[in-house]
Amino acid sequence: MANDRRAQLLSGNEACVRGALAAGVRFFAGYPITPSTEIAEGLAAALPKVGGTFIQMEDEIASMGAVIGASLAGVKAMTATSGPGFSLKQENIGFAAMAEVPCVIVDVQRYGPSTGLPTSPAQGDIMQARWGTHGDHPIIALMPASVRETFDLTVEAFNLAEELRTPVILLLDEIVGHMRERVELPPDESVHVVNRTKPVEDPETFQPYKPGPNLVPPMPAFGDGYHFHVTGLAHDESGFPTGRGQDADRLVRRLHAKIQNRKPPVARAEEWQLEDAEIVVVAAGSVARSARAAVREARVRGIKAGLLRPITAWPFPENEVREAARRAAAMIVPELNLGQIVREVERVSGGETKIVPLNRIDAELITPAEILERIQEVAAHVD
Amino acid sequence: MSIEELLERYTRRDKLPHIWCPGCGNGIIMGAVIRALDQAGVDQKKTVIVSGIGCSSRAPGYMKFDTLHTTHGRALAYATGVKLARPELKVVVLTGDGDCAAIGGNHLIHAARRNIDLTVVVFNNDIYGMTGGQYSPLTPQGSYATTAPYGTVDRNFDLCELVKAAGGTYVARGTTYHTRMLIDLISAGLGHKGFSFIEVVSQCPMYYGRKNKLASAVAMLEWQKEHAVPVKAAAKLTPEQLKGKFVIGELHREEAPEYTEVYAEVVARARGEEK
Ligand SMILES: Cc1ncc(C[n+]2csc(CCOP(=O)(O)OP(=O)(O)O)c2C)c(N)n1
Ligand code: SF4
Repeated sequence: MANDRRAQLLSGNEACVRGALAAGVRFFAGYPITPSTEIAEGLAAALPKVGGTFIQMEDEIASMGAVIGASLAGVKAMTATSGPGFSLKQENIGFAAMAEVPCVIVDVQRYGPSTGLPTSPAQGDIMQARWGTHGDHPIIALMPASVRETFDLTVEAFNLAEELRTPVILLLDEIVGHMRERVELPPDESVHVVNRTKPVEDPETFQPYKPGPNLVPPMPAFGDGYHFHVTGLAHDESGFPTGRGQDADRLVRRLHAKIQNRKPPVARAEEWQLEDAEIVVVAAGSVARSARAAVREARVRGIKAGLLRPITAWPFPENEVREAARRAAAMIVPELNLGQIVREVERVSGGETKIVPLNRIDAELITPAEILERIQEVAAHVD
Repeated sequence: MSIEELLERYTRRDKLPHIWCPGCGNGIIMGAVIRALDQAGVDQKKTVIVSGIGCSSRAPGYMKFDTLHTTHGRALAYATGVKLARPELKVVVLTGDGDCAAIGGNHLIHAARRNIDLTVVVFNNDIYGMTGGQYSPLTPQGSYATTAPYGTVDRNFDLCELVKAAGGTYVARGTTYHTRMLIDLISAGLGHKGFSFIEVVSQCPMYYGRKNKLASAVAMLEWQKEHAVPVKAAAKLTPEQLKGKFVIGELHREEAPEYTEVYAEVVARARGEEK
């Protein structure tokens, strides 16, 4: 499916499909769930046309397993789901982190807990994206705020997964997934696409988990003749379980380090009107749209407000937030949950500034007016 | 091929000795799988062995192929992804009775229903070995387990009947006693295009044996010999006469369209339409 330059009206979920295709996805396994289903439907139609494979599995656990299997067989693989399905995928996401299997998991967040309000927006899975699977695993999660950015970050999700051999989560929310915007997508050939590094060593001496210079081991595919072993047990560089604590320690620390040490940093945030900002709004995903409008309006009214928008929920853009906290009199953190991003903001700001949460869980958007009102209240109390 | 040649060619000798208890049936089944792969003439470079979690699921770690040791119950889901991504690969699944019938039961039904070209070998030792002797869905009703100190209440089910009903196109049962037959059954499964399923009645002397007063592996193998009835002989017996026995051999075979082949037609159609 060629992306052409003409402007088109696309939803976030459709842009995700287009981004995945531009990045070279060749396998999708999933299970229907609102509000993510359009991604499965789009790829069911598109994948056979590029010689790829789509399968609707019996549940989300199976979908995640199939995605990992397909990736090990050498193709770029993804799944898409929402809250309840995201919960079911967690054990196998941990396997992908431990066995270093590149893959992309889209979670179009909906209102929870449990079945909640299936068609209503929320940002309740930010902590689940970080800590949903057990153990001390690292994770990357990206949070687009527009349709065009959904395209770009879907491509980036695949690129990071392939470069770093890790599962990458794309955290949409119902608003970003379903809203339609006029976008111009780049032509396919101008999209920067990263593919996993394959080993060049002789299969006889090959150590499948011996890291390269960027701490990432080159990755053969099943059928390439390497006869390698993949396990979720703690393993050494040979890929086989050893049962030794020191080997597990070295492995898990490397899994974190390969993401933490990556240059340029994986963690990033958009900074808007931040240079002289006294009041900084920290908002991600759809909420950042209202936050931007509120900051613009506050500036009109003479309040020095700014926006700090985490693009990666994980790793959290700690440096950016810490720096902004040092300079700001207050930080307002609006979220469609009872306070998840705000915990990170509190943690990294280390008491340097006043932190004001703004939470909504009545299945409605946070409006620019609400954020503006909070900015004005806070401004009234800072000199 | 001599044992020495088989070991050299198909096992990761540096990973031996294995973790299994003396008398365990797992080694016999792994040996039969290796001999069957050799007998069926599969391309070692193009074969992937996938397992779940359990004592039995450790087998792939000793086998010189591309091997994937997944999460508990999910081997068939991972194997489905491998096969769909590269249909030219031969994909074999090694799984335990708990792995396959309890936590993985739904995947078993749906993999069989799709008739996807996977060969599944179930190491059925009637118990959860790795976790120390709890009952599984295949533990015979009334037998003892650490979680059934008064005998199991659950009815055990017949996995071969389940797979047949779900749409599997090759179904067989063997034992660790009848090893020659077992090799042939697995080899026939490997040669079959579609979902092939071989249940292997095996022994866990460590837990099932101890809990059920069958303390030695030999006693458990003798029990198999006395209770297994070959398909042909079984056909002549009444249900009454078959009570307490189990049938071994090839139980079911049919030809039906295989999933990845049908999907390849979908791809051809989708690409044709685009022109
Ligand atoms: C999700 C999950 N639940 C439980 C376990 C614990 N567990 C490990 S192996 C096993 C049962 C294995 O029994 P079976 O499949 O019959 O294999 P065997 O060890 O007898 O070969 C269980 C329950 C686990 N690893 N993962
Ligand atoms: S516990 Fe049972 S199944 Fe596990 S290795 Fe020992 S004998 Fe075999």
